[in-house]
Amino acid sequence: MEEKISGLAYVLGNNIDTDQIIPAEHLVYSLTDEEESRKYGQYALSGVPVPLAGLPEGGKQFVESDSYQSKYSIIIGGSNFGCGSSREHAPFALQKAGVKVIVAESYARIFYRNSVDGGFVVPFESTEKLNDKIKTDDEIEIDFKENEIKNLSSNQVYKLKPLGDVLPIIAAGGLFEYARKSGMLEN
Amino acid sequence: MGMTITEKILAKSARRVFLEPGENVWLNVDVLMTHDVCGPPTIGIWKNEFGEKAKIWDKNKLVVFPDHYIFTKNVHANRNVDVLRKFAKEYDLPNYYDVGSPRYKGVCHIALAEEGYNVPGTVLFGTDSHTCTSGAFGMFATGVGNTDAAFILGTGKIWEKVPESMKFTFHGKMPEYLTAKDLILQILGDITTDGATYRSMEFDGEAIFSLPMLERMTLTNMAIEAGGMNGIIQADKIAEEYVSERTDKNFEIFISDRDAKYFSKHEYDVNKIEPLVAKPHSPDNRDTVKNVEGTKLTKCYIGSCTGGKITDFINAAKILYGQTVKTSTFIVPASTETAKELEGETYKGLSLKQIFENAGCQIAQSSCAACLGGPDDTFGRAVDKDVVISTTNRNFPGRMGSKKSEVYLASPLTVAASAVNGFITDPRNFLM
Repeated sequence: MEEKISGLAYVLGNNIDTDQIIPAEHLVYSLTDEEESRKYGQYALSGVPVPLAGLPEGGKQFVESDSYQSKYSIIIGGSNFGCGSSREHAPFALQKAGVKVIVAESYARIFYRNSVDGGFVVPFESTEKLNDKIKTDDEIEIDFKENEIKNLSSNQVYKLKPLGDVLPIIAAGGLFEYARKSGMLEN
Repeated sequence: MGMTITEKILAKSARRVFLEPGENVWLNVDVLMTHDVCGPPTIGIWKNEFGEKAKIWDKNKLVVFPDHYIFTKNVHANRNVDVLRKFAKEYDLPNYYDVGSPRYKGVCHIALAEEGYNVPGTVLFGTDSHTCTSGAFGMFATGVGNTDAAFILGTGKIWEKVPESMKFTFHGKMPEYLTAKDLILQILGDITTDGATYRSMEFDGEAIFSLPMLERMTLTNMAIEAGGMNGIIQADKIAEEYVSERTDKNFEIFISDRDAKYFSKHEYDVNKIEPLVAKPHSPDNRDTVKNVEGTKLTKCYIGSCTGGKITDFINAAKILYGQTVKTSTFIVPASTETAKELEGETYKGLSLKQIFENAGCQIAQSSCAACLGGPDDTFGRAVDKDVVISTTNRNFPGRMGSKKSEVYLASPLTVAASAVNGFITDPRNFLM
C-alpha cells in the first residue's frame, strides 16, 4: 500500500446512489474484457444531475466526452455515499475512471464492502463534513500513515477515521488476496 | 444477556453460542442467489480467482434467476443471460430458472419465496440489494457485491459485521386504506435513507402479524432504503404455513429475547398513519398523499419485488374495478406465478387481469422491467420529463430511466387511485 496519494478533487453532495455512479442501462458491459470494460470508466458518475456534478459550482463533467478516464482521482462526498443497489459495477466504474480514494462522511454498507473486498477504491470516512470545505479541482494529498487529508490548494489538513478492521483487506488488495495471505485459501 | 433474532441466527451460522453487535464473524451461508446483472461478473471473478480448481461449494445451495433485463433487444443484456445459461449447463445446476423455458420465474426475491428457498432461521446472501426481502421469513438475508458472492460461491463462507438492531412496532388493526408500503414510507421519512446503515431492522406488532407474507415482504424489502443490513420479522403460524406448503426442509424459529439490546425502538399506531408518498428524488422524501394530491402524472406503474406481488394487484383491483385510467398505466407481475394468479384471482366476479384490461392498463410479462430503468426498450421506462407514480422502491434521479423524470413512490392503492384520475389521488376517495 502506498503511503501517500495525491490528485485532483471531485466534490459531490449527500446520498450519491449507485444509479448516479453508474446508471443501470450501462450494467450490461463486460467487466473482464479490457477494451469493453473501459466503458465503465466512460460513464462513471454520468447519472449525477448536472447542477450537482462537481461542487460547489456544478456542471463539471467527471469524465470528458469521448474519454474513458477522469482527471480527478479523489472523490469528496457527503453522507451515505453509494446508497442504493448492490452493483459492484459502481466502485469498479470509479476505479476504471481513475479514482483511487473516496473521502465521505459515511457509506452505504454494500458499496463500502464492494470497494474494500473488490480492492477497487479506498473508502475513507472523514471526521467532519468536507464537501463544503474542499472544492472541485483542489489539489489533494491523502496520507495513509497519518490518516490525514491535506488540501494543498488551501493548505488545510483534516483528520480521517482509521480504516480499522478492513485495513488488512485493503492492504492485501481485496478479499481474495487477504484470504490467501491469511491461509484461508490456498495460494 | 439476551439476543435479537438476527444475532441468534448469525450466532448459529458462525457456530457460536453468543455474539455481540460490532464483532466481525465468518458465516456459513445456506443459500446464495444471483441474477443476470451480477451473476456473470460473479462467475468471472470466481473462475479467475479459483482458477482451474474453481469448484461450487454446494450446487444445491446456489439459486440463479435471470430477471432484470429479460425482454430486450439489447445484445449485451442478452449476452449476460447466455453466460448464465452456459454456466448452468456446464455445472449442471439444479436451481437455474431459464427465461424462455417453463421454469422461468421472474423477479428473484419473489421467486425465492415461492420456490421454497426462504426458510426461517437460515442465512441467505444475494447479489442484489433487495435480498433483504427474504427477512420476512424470520431469516437473515442481505445483499452483497460480485466479489463477496464469488467468495461464497467457492467457499460457502463470508465475513459480516454483526449489526445492532432497531425495532419498529406497529400497534392497532390495519385500516383498509393502508398497506405495508405506507408503513415503510413512514419509517423512511422518520429515520431517512441512512437511518439504519449497517443495522438490522426488526418489525413487530399486531399490525405486522396480521399481514400476509407477501405484504410483510414489502416491509423487509425496503429495509435497504434506510441503509439496513437486513429487515426481519419473527416467523409465526402464517409464515410456517407458507413455508411448509413450498418446502420439506426443517426449520428453526428464532425469537428475540425480552432482554435483547436494541439501538433504538420505534412505536407506531397504524390508525394515525395516512396514505403516504415519497416525493422525488429520494425514498425518504415523505409526504402525505393529501399534501401532493392533484400533481399531474404521465405514467403509473405497478410492479417490482416491492409492489408487483398478487397482494399488491388485489389492492389495485379494488380501485380499478369498473374504472378507466386517464394516464398510461403499466402492470408488471413480479413473478410468473403472480401472472397466473392475475387470471385466477377474482374481484366482484372478474379476474384481476380482466379488471386491469377493462381499465385500459398495459400488462407485461414478469421481470424487473422499468423499476431500474434498463435498456431503452424496457416496458414502462421513464422517458424525458415523465412524472411517474410507482409501487417500486427507489426514486433516485434517473432510477426508472430518464434523468429528467420525476418519480413518486406510493402504495398500489394510491397508484391505482391516481391512475383513475390522472393526478395523484388519495385512495380514501375511492374506498370510503
